[in-house]
Amino acid sequence: MDRFGYLVGLGDDALVAAQRLAEWTANAPELEEDVALANIALDQLGQARLLLSYAAEVEGAGRDEDSLAYQRGEREFRNCQLVELPNGDFAVTIAKLLFLATYQHGLYAALRSSTDRRLAAIAAKATKETAYHVEHAALWTRRLGDGTAVGHERMTAAVEQVWPYTHELFSDWVPHGLVAAGVAVAPGTLRADWLSTVESALAEATVPRPDDGWRPGGGRDGVHTEAMGYLLAELQYLHRIFPGAAW
Amino acid sequence: MVTGAGTAPAAAVALREIAGAVPDPELRVVSIAELGILRDVSTGPQGTVVTITPTYSGCPALATIAADVRDALAAAGAPDAEVRVALDPPWSTDDITAAGRAKLAGAGIAPPGPTRLAGPVALPLAVRCPRCGSAETVELSRFSATPCTALWRCTSCAEPFDRVKEH
Repeated sequence: MDRFGYLVGLGDDALVAAQRLAEWTANAPELEEDVALANIALDQLGQARLLLSYAAEVEGAGRDEDSLAYQRGEREFRNCQLVELPNGDFAVTIAKLLFLATYQHGLYAALRSSTDRRLAAIAAKATKETAYHVEHAALWTRRLGDGTAVGHERMTAAVEQVWPYTHELFSDWVPHGLVAAGVAVAPGTLRADWLSTVESALAEATVPRPDDGWRPGGGRDGVHTEAMGYLLAELQYLHRIFPGAAW
Repeated sequence: MVTGAGTAPAAAVALREIAGAVPDPELRVVSIAELGILRDVSTGPQGTVVTITPTYSGCPALATIAADVRDALAAAGAPDAEVRVALDPPWSTDDITAAGRAKLAGAGIAPPGPTRLAGPVALPLAVRCPRCGSAETVELSRFSATPCTALWRCTSCAEPFDRVKEH
């Protein structure tokens, strides 16, 4: 694990999140939400492209953003498992988005002062974008959780279902050398602020904060859930049957 | 318009005017200079280099803007211009010029307020309807047809309108 691996980890989080969010296009509960989730997916895809392009340059092995996205196998993806989980119902998607966006916002805000100036520039843009994602997810969490009885029940169930996967966001996967050099941020240092934002969003939504118990993980080592293979099959299908396809 | 294809490149100032006049492909009433995404135009032995910055990381219009800038410069006698993308410092809606804001409003798109307000507490300013000027407006959706806009409606004249959100 080196700078390439770090950038790929961050880029894969954004790429896989974008792919999952895009699945809502033409399927969201209302037209405005269709547009909203597609917009958030577009932000995530933009961040993924910037991070993976940079990763490919750092690697210097002749790969680019497309070969990283389309030509790696499942075990080579370094995203956290949270982003690959199936969308479930709308409440599960909102719970995933609240947890991911809050994490990303704290991460990118810290990376704005990375000693890697290219990474700092990417983070400065992404900080503003993810702030909007956090607001959107928190708004829906409140609307669902503190709305009807059915909404409350489903939002509560969604938060409980997804919560265990949030532990991996703060696992100790980043090389200590990169942190010491000021390039990267130690994920564990982000959890206190993350908890404070998420707990207040859940409290406003009258949704109980689940206990910390099971802590699944392994995504940073290329170990993924059953859902990942299906996601990649769809993501990579066109490029695999028409190698080098571009538009 | 600068003429003389094949001769020495025109001055960077003139080229900046030409590149800056390229309309934004999504908000066509404003030019890329007015939108604040044209960062620099320089000429040298390596040719003409134009630097632009994206509004959002995933802005789908960036490739079109780069192609339009190259076409405009080629038509003005500066072929083979290189278009570079710079992320730092990140674009802000504060970079939209006064002329750009007026043109957006004229086209029925509410311009953004300032992102950095004076004082310790940022008070959101009323969003005025770009058609009738009423401050009686409501947000319909925080997202709209382009990444940089939100969908609003005026409760006085009942017209929906796009609004460039502070960023």
